[in-house]
Amino acid sequence: MVMSVTSFGRSGVYDWMVQRVSAVVLAAYVLFILGYLVASPDLTYEAWKGLFSNACVRIFSLGALVSLGAHAWVGLWTISTDYLKNGVVRFLCQALCGAVMFVYFVWGIEILWGL
Amino acid sequence: MLVSVYRYNPDVDKAPYMQDMEVAIPEGRDLMILDVLAIMKEQDPTLAYRRSCREGVCGSDGMNMNGKNGLACITSISQVVKGGKLVLRPLPGLPVIRDLVVDMSMFYKQYEKIRPYLINDMPAPAIERIQSPEDREKLDGLYECILCACCSTACPSFWWNPDKFIGPSGLLQAYRFLVDSRDTATVERLADLDDPFSVFRCRGIMNCVSVCPKGLNPTRAIGHIRNMLLQRAT
Repeated sequence: MVMSVTSFGRSGVYDWMVQRVSAVVLAAYVLFILGYLVASPDLTYEAWKGLFSNACVRIFSLGALVSLGAHAWVGLWTISTDYLKNGVVRFLCQALCGAVMFVYFVWGIEILWGL
Repeated sequence: MLVSVYRYNPDVDKAPYMQDMEVAIPEGRDLMILDVLAIMKEQDPTLAYRRSCREGVCGSDGMNMNGKNGLACITSISQVVKGGKLVLRPLPGLPVIRDLVVDMSMFYKQYEKIRPYLINDMPAPAIERIQSPEDREKLDGLYECILCACCSTACPSFWWNPDKFIGPSGLLQAYRFLVDSRDTATVERLADLDDPFSVFRCRGIMNCVSVCPKGLNPTRAIGHIRNMLLQRAT
């Protein structure tokens, strides 16, 4: 067994499952938002704000944000372990990706619950 | 026919280079690439390549012919040559020892990792371990692998992580023992494969299926292993 301390779940099957489940959540969220935009041709700021005032939409949005972070981490971790052979460069790149995802996550919560 | 062949002799050359050779092909004959190499070796005896059975059984003469991996002995000129030029290179991704001869240590190391032998902790029967025809059928499409390395060296995941990713050939063999009804080490074998590299570095691009000279399907075997790992984890 190949050990890797930086992978998401340290198990291939776990990372694989996380990537698939997060992809389904993201696809569902994209369809939901697209569906809403198509169904609301005369969209106003109040209607858009009203949509995100709904607790269910906020939870769904946060779920999509968490899924985006997990999906991106597994994907970028895979790409970085493929192409970045220098350990220091690879770790710095992964740390940057992790930091960006964390910022997006906190910022997303602030946007969703700060409206 | 113009043949461009990869040449590298580390004792003499500073860097690899492509050598163009004009090879006279007998009129009206569709030679195998191995026959073309034999003619080339007559012209230039320093050309190095591996071969043995010359009938697609031993897997020695795997090489890259006009961009596609295959066995030189069972690949004809008409199958690979378009536009009258043949380009011969060693299998991609492995260190070159000389000309078309590659160092397959990494490939064999991955094969060794999957423990390619039956493990059975039950007392040995007097004559043999019986297997039903149905269970034996499950090994079809798996046991035929001749370890030529055409598939693994066509796989980008193996190029980037040859020390961590088992590769299509090794995984085909891993499934051959996972699915064997006489093997009792399934749990241990699966535990050895459940990391982010050994199996899951496969992205399913199916280069392995495209190049396998025996017509095998490593991607399907990898899918079966992934399902076994999922069932084990849920």
